[in-house]
Amino acid sequence: SVQAHKEDKPQKLLEMNGHTSAPHSYDYDLIVIGGGSGGLAAAKEAAKYEKKVMVLDFVTPTPLGSSWGLGGTCVNVGCIPKKLMHQAALLGQALQDSRKFGWQFTEEVKHNWMTMTESVQNYIGSLNWGYRVALREKKVTYENAYGEFVGPHTVKATNKRGVEKLYTAEKFLIATGERPRYLGIPGDKEYCISSDDLFSLPYCPGKTLVVGASYVALECAGFLAGLGLDVTVMVRSILLRGFDQDIANKIGEYMEEHGINFIREFVPIKVEQIEAGTPGRLKVTAKSTKGNQIFEGEYNTVLLAIGRDSCTRKIGLDKVGVKINEKTGKIPVNDEEQTNVPYIYAVGDILQDKLELTPVAIQAGRLLVRRLYAGATSKCDYVNVPTTVFTPLEYGACGYSEEAAVEKFGEENIEVYHSHFWPLEWTVPSRDNNKCYAKIICNIQDNERVIGFHVLGPNAGEVTQGFAAAIKCGLTKEQLDNTVGIHPVCAEV
Amino acid sequence: GKKEYDLLVIGGGSGGLACAKEAAQFGRKVAVLDYVEPSPQGTKWGLGGTCVNVGCIPKKLMHQAALLGSALKDARHYGWSIAQPVHHTWSVMAQAVQNYVKSLNWGHRVQLQDKKVKYFNMKGSFSDPYTIRGLTKAGKETTVTAENIVIATGGRPKYPTHIAGALEYGITSDDLFWLKESPGKTPLIYYSFILHLYEIVVYISLTDASQDVSLECAGFLTGIGLDTTVMMRSIPLRGFDQQYFFSPTEQQMASLVTEHMESYGTKFLKRCFPTKVEKLESNRLQVTWKNTNLGTEESESFDTVMWAVGRAPDTGTLNLEAIGVKTNSETGKIIVDASEATSVPHIYAVGDITEGRPELTPTAIAAGKLLAQRLFGQSSELMDYDNVPTTVFTPLEYGCVGLSEEAAVQRYGSDNIEVYHAYYKPLEFTVAERDATQCYMKMVCLREREQRILGLHFIGPNAGEVIQGFALGIKCGATYPQLMKTIGIHPTCAEEITKLHITKRSGLDATVTGC
Repeated sequence: SVQAHKEDKPQKLLEMNGHTSAPHSYDYDLIVIGGGSGGLAAAKEAAKYEKKVMVLDFVTPTPLGSSWGLGGTCVNVGCIPKKLMHQAALLGQALQDSRKFGWQFTEEVKHNWMTMTESVQNYIGSLNWGYRVALREKKVTYENAYGEFVGPHTVKATNKRGVEKLYTAEKFLIATGERPRYLGIPGDKEYCISSDDLFSLPYCPGKTLVVGASYVALECAGFLAGLGLDVTVMVRSILLRGFDQDIANKIGEYMEEHGINFIREFVPIKVEQIEAGTPGRLKVTAKSTKGNQIFEGEYNTVLLAIGRDSCTRKIGLDKVGVKINEKTGKIPVNDEEQTNVPYIYAVGDILQDKLELTPVAIQAGRLLVRRLYAGATSKCDYVNVPTTVFTPLEYGACGYSEEAAVEKFGEENIEVYHSHFWPLEWTVPSRDNNKCYAKIICNIQDNERVIGFHVLGPNAGEVTQGFAAAIKCGLTKEQLDNTVGIHPVCAEV
Repeated sequence: GKKEYDLLVIGGGSGGLACAKEAAQFGRKVAVLDYVEPSPQGTKWGLGGTCVNVGCIPKKLMHQAALLGSALKDARHYGWSIAQPVHHTWSVMAQAVQNYVKSLNWGHRVQLQDKKVKYFNMKGSFSDPYTIRGLTKAGKETTVTAENIVIATGGRPKYPTHIAGALEYGITSDDLFWLKESPGKTPLIYYSFILHLYEIVVYISLTDASQDVSLECAGFLTGIGLDTTVMMRSIPLRGFDQQYFFSPTEQQMASLVTEHMESYGTKFLKRCFPTKVEKLESNRLQVTWKNTNLGTEESESFDTVMWAVGRAPDTGTLNLEAIGVKTNSETGKIIVDASEATSVPHIYAVGDITEGRPELTPTAIAAGKLLAQRLFGQSSELMDYDNVPTTVFTPLEYGCVGLSEEAAVQRYGSDNIEVYHAYYKPLEFTVAERDATQCYMKMVCLREREQRILGLHFIGPNAGEVIQGFALGIKCGATYPQLMKTIGIHPTCAEEITKLHITKRSGLDATVTGC
């Protein structure tokens, strides 16, 4: 194996290796850049086939200094801590409900941010550890180093002390994921936090302004409010772009009715610090998108959730000729996750036109590796991938939104069946009786095949999963009607 | 001659009401007779049948109360601070549940009125094949004639009358949900040593349908803080023949559920059967029983004894024999064909009263509706009783659809089936430091090429929500490869189903590790 510590060595290496198709002795069969959902799944799978695999994972600290261990976004600053904090908020609601079910305790119930965050971080720590152990057991080499291409079949890995090493591999998998976007306004990087900071924030965020209308924004706003904090969401235009808008609006309505303030059609133009502290006090100035109105507000914390940018611009892709979409930073791949450079593949959030979901990245990563090393032919099926937004009122979906269905098939060719429902568990505590909602969209021309499934209510994820399987099996409205419901559950609606 | 009604339904429960309301949609003249004979303890209730009044609905609400008790414990780990002590007050819960049930009774009456269905609060019996004699509580008699009659009188809990004191001193599920005061005396102090101030014993026997009732009730009673014991003659298992009753044939799942209950705090007295129940001066009940394991006789005092030894079909007073409606000699249930017709052509039966059908609300409703559609709506569609999903709402819920492992083995042979399984841990249990030992799922598939899914079993939170969609998939003939192509929703418990890959055959450790 070749390890170079100086600048000139890579040149020699390149000369030695070149571009020929003659067999080379590379350091590794596969190098994975990015130890997140997609990268780790692929690495572990490859190790199964006795391939020599290396994973390079590195977290560039946030502007405020937050960092984390092996596992990627999902484990550290995504799905996992999000769901746990969402659960904390749900438990707050459960406490209130429980009184109606006969439980008695003092009126005053308080939430302690540090207790929760510590528990969550401890659990995440155990996952980081688990991944390191798993990689070790499977004999996958792991380096906590920043990987970037320096030439054909060669990456440079730089660890946090600045030590550089070079590695070569026959194939590469880019799975570097994304990081939250900043607004590009005065004070954003100095004073605002993002989801990268929120889940390990060492103090309660207090009165919070969430900027954005993505699911990240709404989920965070949701649980922060559920924990008792004063939350405002500033939205530039619509909620949950890309999701069924009928449902998106219901989600927003529900959140508003449950104490979350919305400021619509405004964008922040500067953030200033009034007072430092943990949390401090910030002044936000925002401008209307429709006119010249100015809004000013004071908050303890400003959480930016306006989108995520792919980590593809600083990993040397130009050195190996991998094309990216210059505007979005995403990498176009074929249906076998291959980039325009045959020996370089990509999975996960950085892919163009694919879903930014952990299970998709994992599935794609695994199937890719099976195709590469186990002679398999299965490709990742990106159609009818179910998803759930864990807002206070959860939203599970699979297939077409109503708008997308109308656009693709024409309004006269689709039938939408819908119903409000009142979860039995909400009756006794007198919770809203007209907010939970379910709808299915059927293609009339194809036997009333179910092409879209949407449910708004508790445990939406659990409900949606099975329906997604059924949709994979070509579920039709008739089959749905013929299936007996389990009583009494929400899903039977 | 001309009958007064096109359709008369005897029994205003899940099946009966669904059938009546559907028939009324076709503009038919419909009447419903509903009457609740008070329980031996004197409990009675309004329109809606077992499910609404003394079954699914109050059961799930009390189960929810118990789950909220667990949530209170979990909340501490998630940062919520609740001052001790935390009490549960039965009467607050019972009142809330009973009020909700009463609103449903009312809702049903209004619905019948809106749909112009005539409602008689009377006990019906056949005078002749087209004539029903209805008797009100006060003893007033009315005669009703109809072209078509549907019997949907359901069932009532059995009493082990051979046990001295059983009838006088014991209650059943008919009474439990309507108790105004706790089945015990004083509120239990949460988080502290469980005082034997109130204890309940729930006796169950071999019978299948009762098993769920007893375990569900014992489960929520434990959850709200009562010192609950379940006594059972045998271990909670049964034979293969009841393919519609999932839990008894599913030995593995049944034992996981009861294991969890044991760690949850419910006491089990296995291989014991009571011989007598006596009332003490303190008003507590002394139960004496035989322990067949040890060959000893034991006794202990409890506040309440609840029997869950099975349900008997409510046909006794219908006068079925006289008009020729055949019943099963062993079970007493009404024999029907695939179109729900009894041995008398214009007389039908739906719901718990029918032989060989699952005792479930949704099947009764579906069957009732389809029957009305066939009678009055020119439909020929029969009820499909295959692959009916169901859930037992024990503290750790168990949902399933399709065949049990045993039934699959029996039908196809163990060489021809593959069982995929996994032990998993719900994410929400991690921070809450909850034990997930019994969180388990398994999928039984055919082994040959297509690998069609025969049965799916899931133990964990929200089991009903998890299973429902998969039941749809199974109706569509889902295969293992199709399931594997379905991408999971993360993070949920249900996604683990789409990742099942360890077979029992392999003998490998089936514990799910991180993502």
